[in-house]
Amino acid sequence: MSERTLEIDHVSKEYRLGMIGAGTLQADLRAWFARIRGKEDPNRIIGEASQARGHEYFLALNDICLNADRGDALAVVGRNGAGKSTLLKLISRITAPTKGEIRLRGRVSTLLEVGTGFHADLTGRENIYLNGAIQGMRRAEIDRKLKEIIDFSEIEQFIDTPVKRYSSGMYIKLAFAVAAHLDPDILICDEVLAVGDLTFQQKCLGKMADVSRGGRTVLYVSHNMRTINQLCTRGIYLEKGRLVYDGEVSRAIDLYSGSGIRSVERDLDALPRGQLLGMRMRMTFMRVENSETMEYQMDDVMEFSIRFRSEARERRCRLRMVLMNNASAPVAMSQTPEFEVSPGDEKTLRVRAPLESVAPGEFSIKLSLVGGDPRGGTIEYDTIDDVGHFIVVDDPSRTAGFIWSEPLWGNMRLRDMELVSV
Amino acid sequence: MASKNNDRQWDAVIRPRSGWFDIDLRELAHYRDLILLLVKRNVTVLYKQTVLGPAWMVIQPVLSSLMFTVVFGGIAALPTDGMPDFLFYMAGNIVWAYFSNALKQCSTVFVDNHNLFGKVYFPRMVMPISLVMSKLINFFVQFALFAVFLVYYAVMPNSPVQPNWRMIVFVPLVLLQTGMLAMGLGSIISSLTTRYRDLTLLVNLGITLWMYATPIAYPASMVMENYPALVGLYMLNPVTPIVEFFRAAFLGVETFSLAYMPLSVGMTLALFALGILMFSRIEKTFMDTV
Repeated sequence: MSERTLEIDHVSKEYRLGMIGAGTLQADLRAWFARIRGKEDPNRIIGEASQARGHEYFLALNDICLNADRGDALAVVGRNGAGKSTLLKLISRITAPTKGEIRLRGRVSTLLEVGTGFHADLTGRENIYLNGAIQGMRRAEIDRKLKEIIDFSEIEQFIDTPVKRYSSGMYIKLAFAVAAHLDPDILICDEVLAVGDLTFQQKCLGKMADVSRGGRTVLYVSHNMRTINQLCTRGIYLEKGRLVYDGEVSRAIDLYSGSGIRSVERDLDALPRGQLLGMRMRMTFMRVENSETMEYQMDDVMEFSIRFRSEARERRCRLRMVLMNNASAPVAMSQTPEFEVSPGDEKTLRVRAPLESVAPGEFSIKLSLVGGDPRGGTIEYDTIDDVGHFIVVDDPSRTAGFIWSEPLWGNMRLRDMELVSV
Repeated sequence: MASKNNDRQWDAVIRPRSGWFDIDLRELAHYRDLILLLVKRNVTVLYKQTVLGPAWMVIQPVLSSLMFTVVFGGIAALPTDGMPDFLFYMAGNIVWAYFSNALKQCSTVFVDNHNLFGKVYFPRMVMPISLVMSKLINFFVQFALFAVFLVYYAVMPNSPVQPNWRMIVFVPLVLLQTGMLAMGLGSIISSLTTRYRDLTLLVNLGITLWMYATPIAYPASMVMENYPALVGLYMLNPVTPIVEFFRAAFLGVETFSLAYMPLSVGMTLALFALGILMFSRIEKTFMDTV
C-alpha cells in the first residue's frame, strides 16, 4: 500500500521581479544593440543602476523536498505568498521548476479551478467529454463513466442544454462531477470544494475522502482548517517558499494560525504607503490593547492605540478602518468621530472597534487618516493597506451549530431574523 | 546521474527546461481524443447561434471569389492563365484561407489559451494540431463546393479546365505540407508572442500583405512575364508553389513554379522543425512570462 507516488527533490522556483524584458521587440532590440556598443540602455529608467534591471529574483519555492505515498492526504497550508500555489503548479506541470526534479507515478489531475476548459456554447454532455479529455481521460473511459457523472451532477434534465444557460450552481456541480470521476492517482486540489449548496459540498467532501481512502494521493490547499482536519492525514506548512514542517495536520494548522503578522505591536512608520500619503500626517505606531493572539470571538470589541504626527491643520480629522478579507476585498468600514489636529501635533488615539456582524474568518486591517467635509471632498492624509491581521474565531455554539462558510455566505453575519409567525 | 536510470519507474519526471527537443510523442498520442474533441469544438462553436450556421463556411470563399472576379478579373483585367475567372480565384482563395487562418490561430496559441494552460496540464502541442485540423475541415467543406463549380466548368464544351489526375493524387500531401508550414511558422510566432505582444499586430498585417505576394489574385506566370529578374526572389515564398500546384492539379494550368516545389518543401520542413523546437522550449515556462 505504501507505494511512493510523488517525490519532490530539492525543488526551487525562481521568478524574476518586475518587467520581463521590455515587452516589445523594438525596445528589447534597442537595449541589446546599446549593450553591444557598450552604451547605456536607452529605455532604462533614469537614475536606475544599469545592472539592477532584470536582475531581481524572487524565490517562490526554496529547496523543497517532499515525498508522498498512496493513501496520503496532504494538506498544504501557509499564508498567501508562501508558495502553496506555486508548488501545486509545479506538480501539475503548469510551469517548470528552476531547480530540482519532481517524479510522479500515475495520472495527475489538477483541480485548481472547476470547469476549466468549459465552453459556454457547448451542451453539458459535450462539455463533460471536452473537460474529461482535457484532464487526460480517453473517450472510451468517459463513455463508461458518463452515466455516473451525470447522476453525480444532479442536473440530468439539462444535460443537453448549452452550459451558458446554466445557473452558476449547476455549472459548478457539473464541473465537479467530471473532476470527481477522473480517477487520478494523484489529485491536486486548490479550494475547489467550497462550491454548490451544503448538501453538495458534503457530497464533494465525501468523494474526496473516498479518493484518498481508495489508495490515491491527495494534495489539498485550503484556508478552511475544518475541511483540512476532516480530510487530511498529513500536513505540511510552507513559509516564504520553504517547507517548515511536515507531519501532523494539527501541528501544521497551529503553525499556520500563528504565522500571520498578528503581532500586537507594530511600527507603522516604516511601512510602505502610496504616493503622497503619509507626508502631512503619518501614523507611526500601533498597539492592540485587548488581545495577545489577535484572535477575537464574534461580536468582540477590538481595542487599539494609534500614534501619529501631523504637519497639517485639520478640524475634521477621522481615523478610518477598513477590513479586508482573504481575497483582499473590502468587507466593512468603521471610523471614529471627528477630532481636531494642529501642525506639530503628536497624538495617540485609543479606539474601540466593535467587530459586530463580522463573520468568522481572517481579516487584514487597512487604516487611514482622513479629513474634510464628509459631503464635500475628503482628504486622505495617510493610508496603510495592511497594518496586521486578526482572526474571528468560528464558534458554532454562537451560530446554532453552523460552521461559517465564507465562500457561500461572505464576511458579514447579520443578527438572526425574527420569526414573526410560523 | 543515478536518478536518470530510475526514470522508467516513474510515469513523469519534471525537470527544469533543459533539452531542446522535449516533445513526448507517446503522450501526445494518449491525448488524441482531446485533439479530436477540440477540433469538433472549434468547428461547431464558431457557427452556434448564427442565422446561417455552417453555411458561413462556404459563403466566405464564394463571396471573396466573386469580389476578386469583379475587381481583379473585371476592373483590373488581370489574366488568369486562361481559366474561368471565378474558378481560378476560388482555387486560390480556399487554399489561402486554409493556410492563413491556420497560421493566424496558431500564432496566438499561448496568449489565447493562457487561462486554460494556467489551470491544467496537457501537452500544449495539442492546441496547434487541433487548430490546423479544424481549418483543414473548413477547407474540405469549401473544397466540396469548389468541386461542384469545378465539375460545372469542366463539363462545358471546349472548357480549358483539365484536371490532372496524376497531380491530384498528391494534393493530400500538399495539404499536409500547408498545415505543417502554418503550424511551424505559427509556433515560432506564438513562442515569440509570449514575450513580444506586438508581434500579434504584425502577424495580422503580415498575412494581408503576404496574400499579395502569393499568386491568389493573379497567376505566377504574370510575374514571370513582367518581372523575370525578380522571379527568384518571388519564388522564395513557400506558399506560391502550393497554390500553383493546387491550380495545376484541378484546373490543369501549366506553371513553371512547380520547379520550386522542392524549395517550398525544404522551407516547410525547416520552419516546422524550428517551430516545434521553439514551442517545446517555451511551453514549460511560458506561464511565467505571458
